[in-house]
Amino acid sequence: MSSTVITAAPTGAADDRVKGGRRRFAAFLPYLQSLPLWLVMGVFLLIPIATIVAVSFWDDQEYALVPTFILDNYRDALSSRVTWDTYLSTIRYAVIVWAATLAIGFTVAYFLAFHVRSTLWQMVLFQLCAIPFLTSNIIRMISWIPFLGRNGLINQTLIDLHLTDHPLEFLLFSPFAVVLAFVHLYTLFMVVPIFNTMMRIDRALVEAARDAGAGPLSVLRHVIVPLSLPGMSIGTIFVVTLVMGDFVTVQMMSGGQSASVGLLMKNEISLLQYPSAAAHAVVLLVTVLLMVWAILRVVDIRKEL
Amino acid sequence: MEKSGPRHWLLSAFFALFVLFLYGPTVTIFILSFQGPDGGLTFPMRGVSLHWFANLFEKQMVGDFGGSFRRSMALALIVMGITVLVALSAGLAFRRRFLGATVLFYLTIAGLIVPSILISLGIGLMFNVAGLPPAWWSSALGAHLTWTLPFGVLIMFAVFNRFDHALEEAAYDLGASPWQSFRHVVLPLIMPSLIGVALFGFSLSYDEFARTIMAAGTDNTLPLEVYGMTTNVTSPVLYALGSLTTAFSLAVVVSVVAVVLTMRRRARAAG
Repeated sequence: MSSTVITAAPTGAADDRVKGGRRRFAAFLPYLQSLPLWLVMGVFLLIPIATIVAVSFWDDQEYALVPTFILDNYRDALSSRVTWDTYLSTIRYAVIVWAATLAIGFTVAYFLAFHVRSTLWQMVLFQLCAIPFLTSNIIRMISWIPFLGRNGLINQTLIDLHLTDHPLEFLLFSPFAVVLAFVHLYTLFMVVPIFNTMMRIDRALVEAARDAGAGPLSVLRHVIVPLSLPGMSIGTIFVVTLVMGDFVTVQMMSGGQSASVGLLMKNEISLLQYPSAAAHAVVLLVTVLLMVWAILRVVDIRKEL
Repeated sequence: MEKSGPRHWLLSAFFALFVLFLYGPTVTIFILSFQGPDGGLTFPMRGVSLHWFANLFEKQMVGDFGGSFRRSMALALIVMGITVLVALSAGLAFRRRFLGATVLFYLTIAGLIVPSILISLGIGLMFNVAGLPPAWWSSALGAHLTWTLPFGVLIMFAVFNRFDHALEEAAYDLGASPWQSFRHVVLPLIMPSLIGVALFGFSLSYDEFARTIMAAGTDNTLPLEVYGMTTNVTSPVLYALGSLTTAFSLAVVVSVVAVVLTMRRRARAAG
């Protein structure tokens, strides 16, 4: 992982002009300029995670943290049947949501990149897909109530069409609602990176494939899909990590009937069982990092920046 | 590319359905927030009124809508300012080689990948262990920055990767100092992207929930207030609040996009 990937070479003309002390200052400048980012990410990401790791070995007595070194929290977490079931259910959500968002996201990005001809329309339609990202997730979840609720639109329609005589209970507060909300919230995390890579595909390659006699499906399979892989993996990283760490969506949309690792942790935190929650947090972090590592093994995304 | 044909229309229809899926629910609660006083959380509409909006501003409402809105607004503005300054500064740093650049880059990306609940718990624990009381302007501010800064830095990264260095060299050849070339050449060129970073910083903070929940202290931000309402409010007042804050978010997005477009048009007219 060379640092040249992410640093641009200094411009020659700029360097010629700085001499002596100013040259030394210029070499020192990047350290000064990157210091604020180091400080924020250090204090609010690195130290908190180090704190979690430390507390995961601590003991708690009568709701007070006792600094020590015990492995009980991990033993309790990993030997519990609940933990394994919860991981299984969370991973199941992650896989289903990943497949759905990838299929929808790819199709939408493909349409935008290859079927919308004017650049202006391309940008307008792309923005249309991206804007909900800047609105509240919670409100977007709430907005499913009028559709999925017991007296919601879907049930009323089904009854009106005489497809059922009693309202379906499984619509809201069910695993179905959880998956629907996840797909609703996170598909744009697929659309944006896939669209970005697709826009960089050299159109001449597509033309060449067509000239060589490839049909539309063949072009898609042998040219567009392989060249969009980096975008798909960035989207995959986003969606998988978001679903793996989620607690709000599962809690709100399943009505407390479904479990997730995040929710398990949140419940422990509300019972002030911090060391136990911290142990779960470390296990979750390791799981997520392993997943990201596995995805990066498949595709090198550093080129994409 | 193929412009007509069944495949094109099928894809167009799919896209239209996707947009409907994205916006339909939000539009629905917007309509339902105008329910009559006797209306419920689902259709049919029992009359049309502003009852539930008025309800939001009355005293007996659960929670503290006004206070949490002011806090979220102030927090989002602070986050926006810090995000722009820190991301710009780091973006400039990454143009040169420096020791630890790769580590810093991956640390920043980690802010996106580490699950929100871990950041929330970690910051909460850190304040707990240090004996500091968590508050929206300290711990929650830090939690938000771990989410907004990676986006800001990535945007600056993309901008400077595509930046034409010849423009700066031309400024130097004409006798500009490093500061003058930054102030009069680089800054105007990257201004639209900086405004984009500001928009991201503001919106992501204003709507942030998962990272705030254990780091906000005693005073709620607006998303925490809405979350609290979902468990104990079963009237369309929930929709009224949702419509109001979504309309606010959209108004911010639309006005920022309008500003950027005007700037571009002016730049094009001038150049």
